[in-house]
Amino acid sequence: MSASSTDSSVTPARSLGQRLVILVPYLWLAAFFLLPFGIVLKISLSETALAQPPYVPLLDLSAGWDGIKAFLGGLSLDRYGLIFSDSLYLSSYLRSLEVATLSTLMLLAIGYPIAYAVTRMPARTQGVLVLLIVLPFWTSFLIRVYAWINILQHDGLLNQALLALGLVSEPIAFLATDKALYIGLVYSYLPFMVLPIYATLVKLDDTLLEAAADLGCRRWQAFWWVTLPLSLPGVAAGVLLCFIPIVGEFVAPDLLGGSVDPMVGQTLWTEFFANKDWPVASAIAVTLLLLLGGPILIYQHLQARNLRVGP
Amino acid sequence: MDMTSGRRGDAGRRQFAPWADPAAQPLVRFERVAKRFSGHVALDDLSLDIFEGEFFALLGPSGCGKTTLLRLLAGFETADSGRVLLDGQDISPVPPYRRPVNMMFQSYALFPHLTVAGNIAFGLKQDGLSKSEISVRVAEMLALVRLEALAARKPHQLSGGQRQRVALARSLAKHPRVLLLDEPLAALDQKLRQDTRFELKELQARLGLTFVIVTHDQEEAMTVADRIGVMDQGRLVQVAPPAEIYEQPLNRWVAGFIGDVNLFEGKVALQDVDGVAVDSAAGRLRAFSTDKVTMGDTVWIAVRPERIRLVPARPGDAAPTGNAIAGRVADIGYLGGVSVYQVALPDGTKVKATLASTTRLTERPIGLDDEVWLNWPADAGRVLVR
Repeated sequence: MSASSTDSSVTPARSLGQRLVILVPYLWLAAFFLLPFGIVLKISLSETALAQPPYVPLLDLSAGWDGIKAFLGGLSLDRYGLIFSDSLYLSSYLRSLEVATLSTLMLLAIGYPIAYAVTRMPARTQGVLVLLIVLPFWTSFLIRVYAWINILQHDGLLNQALLALGLVSEPIAFLATDKALYIGLVYSYLPFMVLPIYATLVKLDDTLLEAAADLGCRRWQAFWWVTLPLSLPGVAAGVLLCFIPIVGEFVAPDLLGGSVDPMVGQTLWTEFFANKDWPVASAIAVTLLLLLGGPILIYQHLQARNLRVGP
Repeated sequence: MDMTSGRRGDAGRRQFAPWADPAAQPLVRFERVAKRFSGHVALDDLSLDIFEGEFFALLGPSGCGKTTLLRLLAGFETADSGRVLLDGQDISPVPPYRRPVNMMFQSYALFPHLTVAGNIAFGLKQDGLSKSEISVRVAEMLALVRLEALAARKPHQLSGGQRQRVALARSLAKHPRVLLLDEPLAALDQKLRQDTRFELKELQARLGLTFVIVTHDQEEAMTVADRIGVMDQGRLVQVAPPAEIYEQPLNRWVAGFIGDVNLFEGKVALQDVDGVAVDSAAGRLRAFSTDKVTMGDTVWIAVRPERIRLVPARPGDAAPTGNAIAGRVADIGYLGGVSVYQVALPDGTKVKATLASTTRLTERPIGLDDEVWLNWPADAGRVLVR
């Protein structure tokens, strides 16, 4: 090794090119996350107005320092006060958490056995099965939800099948109920649960199971003491990949679920499009983000620990 | 169980040869076991007895079936035919988790989510031992492999040698009737491997347990084992103590697989009380034979390189039963402790002779391209008929 390369490994002096490469993701985040979030945050601190855009204050930089002072003085936390005092919003949040929790549990109960079963298949079959799990993504999410409407409606495929089999005497109301909502959510998010769990299980060394058997474990004991704990990172990833988007889900509850108790996504939509109340809609969005920040941070913590500890 | 009860002194070790006692009952008996994997014969009608307290090495090239034999005993494979007996009981129907046999895996197969202590305690927990019993046993095992200070570490925080010792401790924790070791030192670097061989041997003697080791490393097998079973293509070619395997190989394949050997092919010309004389391309050679040979048979004389002496001039006729052939030094491989001389005979064949480096290389009387005489006593050569 030459002396110069030894020096550069001791003091990692980065070239301009390296600095620019590092800058790219930061610029991306700033442009497409931080800036929009700043705008939403600002709107959430505004007042509704019959104007274009429908809120005040607006920042008038041409008025100089006074303009900025007037702008800052016009901001208020009133929208947040409204959200926390009106039970409508609170119940939407709770409803969202309830739906997300229940459907994530269902996804876990269905997704884990699927992922486990796939890893027990011969290698070539596994590829085909993983492809089949991902295949629905090739069709638009919206179209797939519409397909479910067709299947679940009063004279849809499911009811026809149930009637034909004699399992029910009259059609069951699926659409606009929680049944349809959970069917739609579990169906839509299943790959997000299966794939991360599959990814951790497939890496699992079979010799570990032999070692467990050698040390006195029956098959289920080996699963409980070895397979399950070692697949927990995949489970955590799957749970968060499902739970977080489901909390903010709009399409499935709007098209498949009932309208009695809306999820937070639906409430936000109503405020924004029906009531034209941008500040309240923005405040709902910001609150939701803070609510989900917890799980996201936990997830990142787990990820970081996995990177340190290894699989 | 008192782990020291089986302690055997050096004197006891020297006399330890239960395989020579016809009345001795084997601890493990493979009875005509056969196993095929999709057309490939892994075990071919193989029978073997292993005795209590023995350190038995299964040695052979990769794919010879040695690992299959070990996995058969652990319960991970079932024989197509034949029986496996432990203490006289057929254990073929017993699942791995109920066999009083433990395995140390080549990859160690340590549980990455458990600490060193957790790994060692794993099998004890399955047995339903109480917390206090487990902690006593874990401490005992940690002391045995000198890892007390690392009990709380996870496997990924250990060096290769430390992981190897955790694997050993874990497999010993349940006090198995037989400990199976699948290439236990293969993942270690050369220096550590050599040290660990002696530790393993010492540990086995101290615990008085029965060890069965699978290895493709003949030096390893020679160092640790009471007996070696040399395997090839699903069969045991020779089962004997290391010195016997080395000094009295059964055939050319064993002679070549265990250590270096020079083979001289020729026809039996004479057999008398001193041994056999064979006419080979290198001239008439005398050797020792335990096999019965008949005149005119094609045989091979096996001579180990370290038994051959290199001399600059034709040795005197002091030893009439000795062998002396002329050649030229074609190559010298300097290995530090020993040097390997490749001597070309007039007919072009090369003979290897190793010399201990008792003098400096440059001070030796024999150098490259020198005409030399190869000299060895008759009893250094062994006649092989196969």
